[in-house]
Formats: sequence, C-alpha cells, structure tokens
Amino acid sequence: MPEREQKKKQPPGKREEEVVEEAPATSERGEKLKEDIDDLLDEIDSVLEDNAEEFVRSYVQKGGE
Amino acid sequence: MAVPKIVGIETEYGVALRGAPEPNPVVASSLLINGYVEQRRVGWDFEDESPGRDARGFARDGSQPPEVETHLVNAVLTNGARYYVDHAHPEYSTPECSDPLEATLFDKAGERILARSMDAARRLLPQGQEIVVYKNNSDGKGNSYGCHENYLVDRNVPFAMLVRNLIPWFVTRQIFTGSGKIGSENGADPCEYQITQRADFFEEEVGLETTLKRPIVNTRDEPHADPQKYRRLHVIVGDANMCEVATFLKIGTTAIVLAMIEDGFIDKDLSISTPVAAIRAVSHDPTLRATVDVAALGRCTSIELQWEFLRLARKYADETGLEAPCGNDEIGKMVLDRWENVLTALETYPMTLDGQLDWVTKLNLVKAYVDRDGLKWSDPKLELLSVQYHDVRPGRSLYEKLVRAGKVERLLDEDAVIAAMADPPDSTRAYFRGTCLARWADSVVAANWDSLVLDVGTDPLRRIPMMEPTRGSKEHVAKLFAEVSTPRQLVERLTAS
Repeated sequence: MPEREQKKKQPPGKREEEVVEEAPATSERGEKLKEDIDDLLDEIDSVLEDNAEEFVRSYVQKGGE
Repeated sequence: MAVPKIVGIETEYGVALRGAPEPNPVVASSLLINGYVEQRRVGWDFEDESPGRDARGFARDGSQPPEVETHLVNAVLTNGARYYVDHAHPEYSTPECSDPLEATLFDKAGERILARSMDAARRLLPQGQEIVVYKNNSDGKGNSYGCHENYLVDRNVPFAMLVRNLIPWFVTRQIFTGSGKIGSENGADPCEYQITQRADFFEEEVGLETTLKRPIVNTRDEPHADPQKYRRLHVIVGDANMCEVATFLKIGTTAIVLAMIEDGFIDKDLSISTPVAAIRAVSHDPTLRATVDVAALGRCTSIELQWEFLRLARKYADETGLEAPCGNDEIGKMVLDRWENVLTALETYPMTLDGQLDWVTKLNLVKAYVDRDGLKWSDPKLELLSVQYHDVRPGRSLYEKLVRAGKVERLLDEDAVIAAMADPPDSTRAYFRGTCLARWADSVVAANWDSLVLDVGTDPLRRIPMMEPTRGSKEHVAKLFAEVSTPRQLVERLTAS
C-alpha cells in the first residue's frame, strides 16, 4: 500500500482500536477463512487468461467519450 | 423545489477483438450491436431538436420529416436504452430512470446485453476469433473511456452554484465510487494501487471537453428535454461500477446533493482549493488519510467532508423529504443508511466493504494473490486481475466469480435484471419509447431521447416530441396504449386532445 505522509486528523487510536476488534478470530475460524480464500483463488486461476504479460501488452484501447 | 432527479448512465465498454489479424475496434463494436439487435434496427435520429409546441406533452409538431440514418450503428432497444458505437467503443445508455435503484437495475441489464452481444457476435466471426468487452475505464496505458451519469436539474439554478458545490462533492465521493486501479497514468505521480480508474485523467476544474483536458465539472448543455425548464447535468468524472451497492450509492447520493443545491440547502462554503491536485491525491491514497482544504472547514479528509454532506442530507430529508432526488422516501432512506454505513466502515475498517465497493473488492482480490504467490506490485498478473475483474463474459468475469462465491452483496433480483433487458422502466418517457418499439418496431422510423418519429402509412412521417422526461410513464400512457392497436390510432389520439 502506498503510504503517503499525511497529517492524521482522526482522533488517535480510533482506527487501530476498531481493527483490533474486528481482527481476532479463533484459529479454527482463521483456518476456514484461509481455506475459503484458497478455494476461491484456485477457482479464479482456472478462468484467468493464460499469459498475463501478453494480455497486458495487447490490451490497448482507443480513448473515448 | 428541486425537480425530480431523472437519471441515466452511459457506459463505454473496453473492447478487444481476439484472434483477428488486424483487429478493428469499430468493426468489433458494430458486430456486437448488430449481433444483438435481431429485430429490425431503428435508427437514432441525430437531427437537432427544436422544442415542440406543447413542450410538456405529446402534441404533434408537424415539422419536416427528419433525415433517417441507416448506415450508422445505432440502436434503440425496447427497454428504452440506446446501444451504439461511440469512438471505437460499444456504448450502452440506460433509459431514463426515476430513482437510483432503477438506474442500477438498467445499468446491470446493460452488462447482460453486452454479454449476450458477445455470444451473438461469436456466431458471426470466423473460428478462432472472439470479441471480449470490459466494463472499465482505462487500458493502463494512458487511454481512458467514460462512464457518464446524467441528472435532470432545474434550469433556474445558476451554473456557478452547481460548480462550487459539485467540485468538493466529486473529489470526495471517489472513496465509494472508485473501481480501483493498479498504478497511475497520464503523468500522475506513481503509486501501487489507487481508488479510481479516472482521477488521473482530470486536468481542469470546469469545461466542455470529454476526451482531453477533461474537466471535473463538464459544461455540456444539451438537455434532451425542455431547455427552458431543465438542464441535463452531464457527469464525466465517475468510474464504471460492477458492484450494485457502488452504483446505487453513486447515483443516489449525487441526486440528493443536487437536490440540496437546487433548494439552496448547502449553507456553508464547501469549496476546496486546488481541486485537480486534490482529486488525484484522494484517489492515490487507499489509506484514506489524504486531506483537502475546505473553505468552511479547514483541512479535512474526504471522509470528514463526506460526513458534512451526509449531515446536511439527513437534515434535508427531515425537512423536505427525498421524493425528488430518490423517487420516494423509502429508497431515499436506503441511500442515507447505506451512505452512513459506508462512511463508518471507511473510517474504521475499510476492507469490510469487500463486495460492496469495487475498489475494496478488487484490492482484496489483488492482495490475496500478492500474499499467496508472493507477487510484486509490478507483476503483470496483478494488472490482468484488475482488468479481468471487469470482463463482462459471465464465465470469465472475476467479479462474477466473486458474486457466485457469495462474496458480493447484490441489491437486485436477477430475474428483474433479465426483464430489464427488454422491458422499459414504468416511471419515465422511456416507457412510451420502449413500448412503441416493442409493439410497432417496423413503424418507428427514428427515435431520440426527446422525440419519436412514426411512419403511420401516409406522408409525412409524424414526429412525437417528448420534452418532459416524467411524462409518457406507464401511469400516464398505459390506458392509451390499451385503447389503440396501430401507430396511426396512437397519433390520432395524441393529436386529438
């Protein structure tokens, strides 16, 4: 993530606090989540275009509007 | 009193013709549209409109018959939408809708129309060739194509007042309207990932351009309605969204802000300094800490300025109701509650908006690959993920994969989306246009947003002006349609009154 130097106007700690509340999961739940994500990524792998480099190079559009 | 926010969304899709020796995007776009339109194509009437004599109704204007375009690929669909080739892209403009949920529905129906078009085109192409479309806004190489919103606005509102309030609105609403992009373009500062596809392409605050030196507020003045009463605010600064929640919020919140501007409800100066720099700074910071300098508030984050808009909107809802911007108060409340939930999540734990906002959904997907495969941000696979997220083919769209995995929150019923491919909205003149096309396609010689030209079997052709976007609704004309069986009878009834 790009970290830019910004002055933070949020009350200190608020963001972190909330993160902490959301983050903890039992290790069992964590395992299950990881399995779900792995399954999903496997599924996405199966439809992803074969050659990323070639795909990116050839995806060129004319400007529009 | 704010006028009803009749809205529409026009989307230029990215298009690729695979397997062809010399791929031509104009030909590919034409094939998609021709493939889709199986019934006789109805030409779009390009003739400049002059207002009808009775600008608010359907009185016959009796003017010269228009030039009928037959060679350009331009179709009007029975759902009231326009589907055509624009600048080497297939473009779908939703019919006029009367609330943000309806606009979301017809925007999603457009994706299904493009998907079906790809199937149709496949049958017309040689073996080994395929047309693929993407609902995104950039090729990652400095070329951008738009997703434009249109809102009906009271002509009496001074344009300068719109500009003053809309610039801070557009700069900060990016935090929920963005579709996410790997890297930067068009000379913008480098970054790994940014919130929107479009921010890099905006170079002016106000102007008429759409293809270069793009302005944050576009001044195109082409109301497609009674020009004495209305403007059509043409918004070019947004991203095309896949997530229904994002589209719904983008349209609903903007409609409310416009209604507040019309009613003079924004009571402080929310204008921001250096908007062009600000729009990029906000987009380039997915941590959402970037600040803007607001005249009445000092330096604050996008979220803080959004809270100020929401506070005003809640007050406006209490005092005025939200029927004008959102069609009814129930949908208005849906917009306000969503808006509040999204802002709360953005300032606490943005990643919980996975499946609601495109930029968050895409970022989570990309990060999952970074984590699993140990990829660098410059790896082409991440750019591939970012583009293929917007693939409109149901079997290849990564967004659709996430939908099927239950990771995306839907607001729409899929049966309603399929129905909206063919049936017009009940609530606007699109109902009149779409119904005429469904019943008498062979007699509709040309159609435009604000008129319809019918061939009733004798000269001259009859032009029916539709200068009032809220008229021609099902409520208004269903009885009339039930009582006539030919276009001639329809015209007779319309001119008799």
